[in-house]
Amino acid sequence: MKTGRLRDVAAVGVAVLVVAGLVVLPLATVFYEALRAGLGAFATVFSEPYAQSAIRLTLIVAAATVAFNTAFGMLAAWTIAKYRFPGKAFLLAAIDLPLTVSPVVAGLAILLTVGPHTLPGAWLLAHGVHIAFAPAGIVLATIFVTFPYVARELTVFLQEQGRELEEAALSMGASVLQTFWRVTLPNAKWALLNGMLLCNARAMGEFGAVSVISGRIRGQTNTVPLHIEILYNENTFVGAFALAASLAMLTMLLSGIRALLEARTHRRPVPDGDALGTAERAREAGLGRIVAAPRIALDVGE
Amino acid sequence: MALAHAFARRSHDVIPGRAPALALTVGVVTMVVLVPLAVVVLTASTASWPALWAQLASARDLAAFRLTFGAALLAAAIDVVAGSYVAWVLVRHRFGGTALLDALVDVPLALPTAVAGIALATLYGPHGWAGALLEAHGITVAYTPLGIVLALAFVGFPFVVRAVQPVLAALPADFEEAAATLGASRNATVVRIVFPLLAPAMLAGFALALARGLGEYGSVLFISGNLPLRTEIAPLLIVNRLEEYDYHGAAAIATVLLVSAFALLVAIALLQRRLTSRQVRD
Repeated sequence: MKTGRLRDVAAVGVAVLVVAGLVVLPLATVFYEALRAGLGAFATVFSEPYAQSAIRLTLIVAAATVAFNTAFGMLAAWTIAKYRFPGKAFLLAAIDLPLTVSPVVAGLAILLTVGPHTLPGAWLLAHGVHIAFAPAGIVLATIFVTFPYVARELTVFLQEQGRELEEAALSMGASVLQTFWRVTLPNAKWALLNGMLLCNARAMGEFGAVSVISGRIRGQTNTVPLHIEILYNENTFVGAFALAASLAMLTMLLSGIRALLEARTHRRPVPDGDALGTAERAREAGLGRIVAAPRIALDVGE
Repeated sequence: MALAHAFARRSHDVIPGRAPALALTVGVVTMVVLVPLAVVVLTASTASWPALWAQLASARDLAAFRLTFGAALLAAAIDVVAGSYVAWVLVRHRFGGTALLDALVDVPLALPTAVAGIALATLYGPHGWAGALLEAHGITVAYTPLGIVLALAFVGFPFVVRAVQPVLAALPADFEEAAATLGASRNATVVRIVFPLLAPAMLAGFALALARGLGEYGSVLFISGNLPLRTEIAPLLIVNRLEEYDYHGAAAIATVLLVSAFALLVAIALLQRRLTSRQVRD
């Protein structure tokens, strides 16, 4: 018994060391470097005009991205969960595709599709509409990268809900749109919010895709992650890490809120262990179908 | 069963609006996802094939691919070992800090890649304390392939933990206890009972970490130093080709990455099917 206990402590200790070395050290570095010159230096970073314009652009891009992907997510989730049609698996796979595409390739794809040397890009440019190397292109690239999050979150939730409520509403004379807004959506509001939070966090932090399409014009097409890169390469470490720490705080706060929402959205996991909760979280974190399989296995096992 | 089927059949007649909803959904997916990706492949294929081949087989491109695939494979392998271990501790050894440890696993997913990139580069750089410590023992991390492996291991870690954890949790602990009562040693239990059941999940976690590693850019950019032939990964080479206005060259490299990621996706899907069918059969 005694040696068993000792072995437990050793096992936990090694795991803590692994996570500390791999994850906690880099995280601690962000905050240490941001604050090493004091709170005053930290605060001045945010009064710098280029930093302010980067923050403004990031907020605008995130808002536009979340708006588009939320609208699409509601449409896709309703379509997939409430109707039967052939090729549903292909549609789901196509929606998930951006998760496996390198961010740089995503940015390149947008650039090659609507860039200045393409037909649509040239036409728009001739009419004074700038997409590549302009905020519009940054929004398009960010939409691509964060495309699946709301749709995926909401689809799973609506599929679990079934369609009895909708059928009841429709049989009582409600229109499809009324049914969606008054019956389906109010039930799904926490799942929707969850997806929007994840989409927002990813949109604010996107770097690779945006760096290809933005052109990095300071004060105009520079987002916060891109400004972090510029400051770091200029050896303005306090500035780079002050922005990095704020961005990290924000994205981790969003993750935290999501974790709290989890408890509301989903039935609590099976008594022993956290299997179901963990599977949910993993799925939302973008791990995809892989955790759907163990979930099915779990359901069968019960 | 027949009744359920008849009911389901009736139900899609009850909710109207299938055609417009489906058309709009497919339309948006096509415009946002499929067309841009098709344009990448098309751009690559409109270049002359010999020229394209000469570029992809050039020393610089080959070095970038070798480095990208090699580093991603090595990092995913490290993640499988470290991630499976941490998942095992999280499931089997509940202690005071389990929730915190569990939450920390997600940090690489929550941290923007550029933030992770400058943090790793500073920590393991020549002036960072971990970098200086390792340098004193003759190990240089920053601006070497080792730094790239480290960054990829960082971003891929949660994928393995989250793939293995639920499978392990669904595996009843009395399985192991039963083996132990029957006289199996602890090691024999792990090797003969636990490992075979976990192997598909570990492999899936490996594939997910690998897929992520192949395309990773932000967290690698700062620590790699970006020396052509030495520490230039494929996504970075795409950016460099674009800066030379070589759109065909950039698209060719992107196509190789897309095809690799797609192949991995299919592999993961097949693996899952096996995983699911086996669990159901049991």
